Amino acid sequence: MTDSVDTSSGDDGIRGADAIQLVGLRKTFGAGEHRVTAVDGVDLTIGQGEFFSLLGPSGSGKTTVLRMIAGFESPTGGAILLDGVDVTSAPAYDRDVNTVFQDYALFPHMSVLHNVEYGLRVKRVGRAERRRRAEEMLEKVRLGDFGHRKPHQLSGGQRQRVALARALVNHPKVLLLDEPLGALDLKLREEMQVELKAIQRDVGITFVFVTHDQGEALSMSNRIAVFNHGRIEQVGTPRDIYDNPATSFVAGFVGTSNIIPADLSGRLMGIEAVHSVRPERIRIVHEATADTEVSVDGTVSDVQYLGADCRVRVDLGDGRHLLANVPSDGLVGVAIGGPVRLAWSRYAAYTVADTDTSEGGDQ
Amino acid sequence: MTEPVPAGGGADRSPRPWRAANRAFAGRRRLGVGALLGPPLAWMLVVYVGSLLLLVWSSLYRLDPVTQKPTHEFTWANLRSAFALWDADTRDAIWPFVRTVGVALLVTAICVMIAMPVAFFVAKVAPRWMRRGLIVAMLMPLWAGYLVKGYAWRAMVSPAGGRFAAEGKGDGGFLESVFGWTPGYGRVAIVVALVYLWLPYMILPVYAGLERLPPSLLDAAGDLGARPLRTFREIILPMLLPSVAAGSIFTFSLTLGDYIVPQIVNNGEERFMFGSTINATLGAPNQPLAAAYTLWPLVIIVLYLLAMKRAGAFDNL
Repeated sequence: MTDSVDTSSGDDGIRGADAIQLVGLRKTFGAGEHRVTAVDGVDLTIGQGEFFSLLGPSGSGKTTVLRMIAGFESPTGGAILLDGVDVTSAPAYDRDVNTVFQDYALFPHMSVLHNVEYGLRVKRVGRAERRRRAEEMLEKVRLGDFGHRKPHQLSGGQRQRVALARALVNHPKVLLLDEPLGALDLKLREEMQVELKAIQRDVGITFVFVTHDQGEALSMSNRIAVFNHGRIEQVGTPRDIYDNPATSFVAGFVGTSNIIPADLSGRLMGIEAVHSVRPERIRIVHEATADTEVSVDGTVSDVQYLGADCRVRVDLGDGRHLLANVPSDGLVGVAIGGPVRLAWSRYAAYTVADTDTSEGGDQ
Repeated sequence: MTEPVPAGGGADRSPRPWRAANRAFAGRRRLGVGALLGPPLAWMLVVYVGSLLLLVWSSLYRLDPVTQKPTHEFTWANLRSAFALWDADTRDAIWPFVRTVGVALLVTAICVMIAMPVAFFVAKVAPRWMRRGLIVAMLMPLWAGYLVKGYAWRAMVSPAGGRFAAEGKGDGGFLESVFGWTPGYGRVAIVVALVYLWLPYMILPVYAGLERLPPSLLDAAGDLGARPLRTFREIILPMLLPSVAAGSIFTFSLTLGDYIVPQIVNNGEERFMFGSTINATLGAPNQPLAAAYTLWPLVIIVLYLLAMKRAGAFDNL
């Protein structure tokens, strides 16, 4: 898990009215017994210039929220305010937002340059002016020489950048990104993460970024909203979300967590509440521990090699288990089936609200 | 020489005669493909290409003026006379031909205009549960016989005093007795009936094209500020061009070759379509000259196919 440099606070970019305000937003699909609630009462405020991520498993409602902000879906209930103006019932073409689609949605019969120019042409920007701006934007995404090509002549990463240029050239108040890196391979995705972040700092536009990849959300965002079952479980800076998850779902979905049920917590730590401890905070110890430490004995049931670390699965004997990330060279004396003692600092365990840890259904 | 071993190494448990066949085909890709494609290809060659060649060939036979039957003597005379525009008989054929090409273009254009909104509704607007029923409804006309549909339209447009007057319901066909107006037999009826006949062949490719159109493209156009009409003109229409071209091949060529339903809804008067001209020549009887006349629409069809190929009609077949 990489921590980005500017996770200090989410409000450093906020000035003036909030870029987006969602009030009691609801969306249901279908009718009667086939009725599915995709978004179930979402309240959210996103500040000007923020890089804001909507994070959650598939079917958690994050994409539906994005599509409602864009105007592709109309809410069943609640309101959407852009820059303080209610746009709940405005059609997509009347909203000052632009979208980067998951499948890029480039117009296949137009050249790259015409794709990028399209929004300006619709807004009746003069030919010379829109050509200049489109070329400038293509330059910015490092595709200056590709204007005459057709989208099918580009690689996935290049198409992705064209989609970004096509949206950004309109200088929207808000840029919406719907899992824009999902179709790229790992290396390209990591490059694009850095690039996207740099572009966002450069243009200063509010980015709303939908992703199911918690690493992506943590490394890029000023703030994150974690979705599950159509609701927001927690809103906060990446550091908040990771170090101090509010609910057991967030603890489990963002990174890996050991959720320690209330009874076990009471026995080990003296507090009867659900706790979460990150595996990397748990050590294997061979001696007695300090009294700020919690320790527990168990049996090693599996060791998974991860490279620098190994993930050790330890059965506690009552059907429960804990995961510990241990440096690969610290495994001396650890054997599958053998006894082991685990320890962690009291300060590494956080109380979390006990929420449904199952991931949202497929909608 | 080693026998090819079946995958998995197990013994072949098929009945004995199959075992030999299995062994013969195993690992011989070309043999398998040949055995699969050979018979249908041979059939296509004999039935499709063969009959067309026979048509051209029969235009090269000389007509015996006494028995009025084709002889086996070779002659260029039929072809020469079919394309000799200075010849009075041939000149008479030009107008029906031009008219037929015009009707084919008109029917195609009307089919496009009807198919677009209908297919768009079915593919992109109608809820899922409604879609299947609508597709069936679009295909339904194909299940009725060609002549039945022709006579149905005759009954529709039949004017006052016509043969299909319903008892006690005015004295015309359906349109006359229900709406009090009918275009009557004639050119309007011909175009309407032909549009009805060939419309499904336009709707289906257009529907398939719209189905393939990623919905995100329409979202993207709206997202960039384009209103629905503009999205249709600048995104949907250009992307649908290959599908429309593919459908137009059906509507154009089917209209070009039709003359029976036009005769039915034209009350048998006037040789309106070029097919009637060919039919009359055949009944003259002058089979070789009739065969030579068929080369006119054939040339047009080839030109049309080439034009549609450029429009991309064969790109997504």
